Amino acid sequence: MATTPSRTPAPAASEPFSLPTWLHGWVTTADHKRLGVMYILAGLGFFVVSGTMAALIRIQLVVPNNQFLPPEMFNRLFTMHGTAMVFLVGMPIIAGLMNYLVPLMIGARDMAFPRLNAFGFWIFLFGGCLLYFSYLAAPGLSGAGSAPDVGWFAYSPLTGKAFSRGHSTDYWILSILISGIGSLCSAVNVIVTVVCMRCRGMTLMRMPLFVWIVLVVAYLIVIVLPPLTAAQIMLLLDRFLGAKFFDTQAGGSAVLWQHFFWIFGHPEVYILILPGFAVASEIIPVFSRKPIFGYAVMVGATVMIGFISLGVWAHHMFTIGMSAMSNAFFATSTMLVGIPTGIKLFNWLGTMWGGKIRFRTPMLFCVAFLFQFLCAGLTGIMLAVAPFDWQLSDSYFVVAHFHYVLIGGLLFTIFGAIYYWFPKVTGRLMSERLGRWHFWLFALGFNLTFAPLHIAGILGMPRRIYTYDAGRGWEIWNLVATIGVAFQALGILFFVANLLWSSRRGARAGDDPWDAWTLEWSTTSPPPPYNFETLPTVRSRRPLWDLKHPSDPDWRVE
Amino acid sequence: MRTPESIDALETQPWVLPSRRKVGLLCLLATESALFTIFVVAYLFYLGKSLNGPYPKDILSIPWLASVALISSSVSADLAERAFRCGNRGRFQAMLAVTILLGLGFLGATALEWKRLILVEHFTINGNLAGTTFYALVGLHASHVIVGLLLLTVVLLLSLKGAVASRQHERIQMLTWYWHFVDAIWIVVFLVVYVFGR
Repeated sequence: MATTPSRTPAPAASEPFSLPTWLHGWVTTADHKRLGVMYILAGLGFFVVSGTMAALIRIQLVVPNNQFLPPEMFNRLFTMHGTAMVFLVGMPIIAGLMNYLVPLMIGARDMAFPRLNAFGFWIFLFGGCLLYFSYLAAPGLSGAGSAPDVGWFAYSPLTGKAFSRGHSTDYWILSILISGIGSLCSAVNVIVTVVCMRCRGMTLMRMPLFVWIVLVVAYLIVIVLPPLTAAQIMLLLDRFLGAKFFDTQAGGSAVLWQHFFWIFGHPEVYILILPGFAVASEIIPVFSRKPIFGYAVMVGATVMIGFISLGVWAHHMFTIGMSAMSNAFFATSTMLVGIPTGIKLFNWLGTMWGGKIRFRTPMLFCVAFLFQFLCAGLTGIMLAVAPFDWQLSDSYFVVAHFHYVLIGGLLFTIFGAIYYWFPKVTGRLMSERLGRWHFWLFALGFNLTFAPLHIAGILGMPRRIYTYDAGRGWEIWNLVATIGVAFQALGILFFVANLLWSSRRGARAGDDPWDAWTLEWSTTSPPPPYNFETLPTVRSRRPLWDLKHPSDPDWRVE
Repeated sequence: MRTPESIDALETQPWVLPSRRKVGLLCLLATESALFTIFVVAYLFYLGKSLNGPYPKDILSIPWLASVALISSSVSADLAERAFRCGNRGRFQAMLAVTILLGLGFLGATALEWKRLILVEHFTINGNLAGTTFYALVGLHASHVIVGLLLLTVVLLLSLKGAVASRQHERIQMLTWYWHFVDAIWIVVFLVVYVFGR
């Protein structure tokens, strides 16, 4: 995205392009927009790598008794795929969107702590590279283990010294701990920016819903990331100093790791999906030509999710044999989350109802999100029923469920967000034709892959198995799932081509290509380093509507 | 329905939002509290679950002196901050020095306690669950004391060089907030480890 104006004096158009100067500008920047773009590009880079890993996993499982990969490599692949997709793809892309958009949407010139922001990005990137470096370095001198192979939730006692020799697990711990510091930096930054830097008139209840929702996301990160860090510190003490936290031989508890991990891990799911809601809450109104339906209720539902999600973690642990009381509590609290989430779905539908819907690519992704996230939510409610979960825990049904959440929910909205805000970032529109190819191929491929896996799971296929015997009725579903991967890969190819082509050749976008209503569209595309020449004053939730329709401004009715 | 007049009043009304430093520091303290909570939970969860001795009730004695030192350092830190606000630089530096000395006293007492526990009682981090959770929790707190002492010392040195201006009051205030937080955490750790856990 070389067209973004640089913070340091950019070489004028007449000057010859100098790679060192250009690179120096990006590496030393503390501009929230450049950091946002770098977060997203880094996330997409990791996405391609760990997506390729997923493709290898699917190829291994395409037919029974396949020997395409060695079994140890298979374990490393699913561990690295899961870990990277959550911590190195989801988190940074979300951090990138928050960084780029929050100051623009609230009429500020940068984040509250720009240098902390830059530190957060670079420490995240270091952590990400450290995780992949384990392939080379983890065997060390002992010759034991390569990349981590303990699964993304790294259950004890598999992570103990006795079962995980060498340093593969240490790489898992340290890289995630370090990139977590990066997430924390951007979360604190978002909270402080939103609380302290809103432009004149931007009261809390006039903030765009995107800002409201990422504020809740940032609060969740601040509260729930430390439990993971704490558990990882304990595991490090176990592995290096011989502490006994998770050493079952010395009275330590493997279940405690599960509790600590999921106290982080479940709210983490909401950290990942809420930004999807945030994006949908911006795109759906603009492409339905209506203000969001039930703004205040949406805010309330978001805050509700932020609280309830802290009390549901043990629904990941129904099969460890908790008391009936605990099972009942966590089943109920999990179902409660369905209420605010359902409210949101109906409000998005209410926004579209009677609207003048324009099916441009961002809207296509958001509409698919509505359908797919509904499926994900319904299977989620099914899994919240403890006896049902006893049958299907750790099966491919669970795999299908959370891929519907994270791909069908989050990734689709991220694609929507990229198509929607790309013109703001680069000044050029993305190609609508390539975008449609991307959308249809990816939507088809995604559903082909993950819908059949529900059935494979119900038929008893456990997750994380290396291979399986023929004759259990799993063959057809696995075959279809792997065929779907080809369509997804093709879709991603169209997406990457679209990014590359449009950033150079795309149609000029102008400041406000979608006729939108939030402040980021009031400045130029791409925005200048200082964002706004004069800081705006806001009188309603749709400041640009007021500007464009002085005779019928929103503040008269709000 | 609102009138244009009431809306235009927006331009003249003061538009004041909270200080970035304060909100940022509160976020940091929130996340630190969450971190400590997990270590406290682990300590309580493993109370009495050690398979072998030495057990805390036999070897831990209440660190009254260290606790008094740390709690009173909060008072001196607060006095330092007040002196700074009033522009009394000498008093500010003296109180800061007292705070640092009290903090060092706390750390020294902890070091002596650990020395006795390790060398005399053979109570170690890899000996049993009690040792594991004790050194993790108390050590995590002590590391926060060390960070606080480093920050206090830097401020004292800068102030002695005359490089701390009165407009930096809020920064000094943030440092004392952090120090109060470390003290408050000690009260929790003290109750959990030495009172409730013995």
